[in-house]
Amino acid sequence: MSAAERPAAAEAAPVLEARAVTMRFGGLKALSDFELSLLPRELVGLIGPNGAGKTTAFNAITGVYAPTRGDVLVGGARVNGLRPHQICVLGVARTFQNIRLFKGLTALDNVRVALHSGIRTGIVQALLLTPHHYAEEARIRREAEELLAVMGLAHRRDELARNLPYGEQRRLEIARALAARPKVLCLDEPAAGMNASEKVALMELIRRIRDDFGLAILVIEHDMRLVMGVSERLVVLDHGVTIARGSPEAVRRDPKVIEAYLGDSYLEEKHIAVPGEAAGAGTGGAEP
Amino acid sequence: MPVPSLPGAALRSLLPFLVGAPILVAVQALAPPEQAIILVNLGVNVILAVSLNVVNGFTGQFSLGHAGFMAVGAYTSAKITVAMAGFDIAGLPPSLSDPLVFALALAAGMAMAALAGFVVGLPSLRLRGDYLAIVTLGFGEIIRVVIENTRFLGQATGIPGLPPRTNLVWVGMGAIGTIAMARRLGGSSHGRAMLSIREDEIAAEAMGVDTTGYKVRAFVIAAAFAGLAGGLLVHYILLVSPRMFTFVRSMEVVAMVVLGGMGSVTGSVLAATVLTVALEWLREVEGWRMVMYALLLIVLMLTRPEGIFGTREIWDLWPRLFKRRAKAA
Repeated sequence: MSAAERPAAAEAAPVLEARAVTMRFGGLKALSDFELSLLPRELVGLIGPNGAGKTTAFNAITGVYAPTRGDVLVGGARVNGLRPHQICVLGVARTFQNIRLFKGLTALDNVRVALHSGIRTGIVQALLLTPHHYAEEARIRREAEELLAVMGLAHRRDELARNLPYGEQRRLEIARALAARPKVLCLDEPAAGMNASEKVALMELIRRIRDDFGLAILVIEHDMRLVMGVSERLVVLDHGVTIARGSPEAVRRDPKVIEAYLGDSYLEEKHIAVPGEAAGAGTGGAEP
Repeated sequence: MPVPSLPGAALRSLLPFLVGAPILVAVQALAPPEQAIILVNLGVNVILAVSLNVVNGFTGQFSLGHAGFMAVGAYTSAKITVAMAGFDIAGLPPSLSDPLVFALALAAGMAMAALAGFVVGLPSLRLRGDYLAIVTLGFGEIIRVVIENTRFLGQATGIPGLPPRTNLVWVGMGAIGTIAMARRLGGSSHGRAMLSIREDEIAAEAMGVDTTGYKVRAFVIAAAFAGLAGGLLVHYILLVSPRMFTFVRSMEVVAMVVLGGMGSVTGSVLAATVLTVALEWLREVEGWRMVMYALLLIVLMLTRPEGIFGTREIWDLWPRLFKRRAKAA
């Protein structure tokens, strides 16, 4: 734990840190000097208009891209250049803006896949059907069923993921991410495509997950009012640059945020549910 | 699923073989020789199709080089049995020593084929889809051409006069072993990791699945069992030659996997059976044989593009049939 460099480190060490992370794609600087420090059990919102670099920041953190410059630290250890599965095992799990479930597998199997990294029996034991293998599979099945129950999906256990309604697919994706036993959960627009009441329910659920599982959560959200309701802290991106950070109240009054963001926000105020957000109207071409 | 005790688990582990052995012995005793060759072919094709299904069906990669790995297994085991012919291990009588040597030769063939699978898989699995198919096709052909030009392996003539070692019991046991392997793999966490790669590679990677590692593992397992099929086949027809392992052979196996349904072990077995038996029956129409065969493939693919079984398995139906587990409401 290299938390010593935080002067006011009376609290716990950060579980996730980004230090001056810069992402360059050819001539395009999608993200510049992105700074983030996520403490245990903290719920931080990452907001910004379309193309601001939010998903790029996610991809740099979770290893989809190796940062052009800067460092990403998980639990104090530098993870630049590690593959996404290695970063996942270290404790960062994510969901995707355009849901990426294993559509041809059942809800149960979707969750079980994410539990696989904790398995202690090898392929040979699985092929020989050793007692240890049965014990491990039974444990995984039990844990997966618990997670489905937490997300209110117990009745969908044997349903193929592609056959679930939209909202349940979103919840299944969160269940799957939780199965990776993360310390940090990164949610990429979890409320996209939902109506206003669904969004509120989802935000409640996210807060509850944080409390029950003791996780730090980083959530990308479009709907500013929504994210203000649940986050303790906000980071605002615009054109890859961090234009504001701090408490929701302070951010709301920040003139730079109003300038960059309020156009969108006003629109949302007028037509309460913005349709077509589910299609992921281009977060800067940063889709993985 | 209750956790069984050690003897219970051992029994469960060996159950397919214990059930299969007496049946195979009976079939071996009763089958007329002209039918036996069809059954051997069938068994070999089942091994090939089910093992290739681990790569093409479970993991969703596209390998066109299965015949190459088959050749590695066939030549390795043939070299060993030829060298050991007439030599008795530890003074055992030939009736005991020969099967033992054969078993060791098959194991060596599987190991060499697995090694070849690893060497081929490691660089090529960075590629996807069509590119991977072309590279594996190339590697399969390279293996064959290298054999054709190696004096030690009999060049284009191959190695004639192999000792007759394979019978229906050996092939049947090989097929049972391959099916058990695929079924158990598919039901384990490792198999689910492979399936997740087929479903969405980026999400699999993000959920902690070492996608490259699992692709290579799938490749190695499939290659090993292709090697087993090769070793079994050549010790029945008593000749190993490079002509047996052209890419046409790989294509036949791919056709079986696609026809059966990608990822369905049951489907691979069924498709291997249908295509093997169809090829035999079509001997009646002589010159039209391959035309009819091709037509059969086209009609089947048009009527069931997802394959005979899709991604389902026959054992998925068992709980429903026996109502073993009451569905949670």
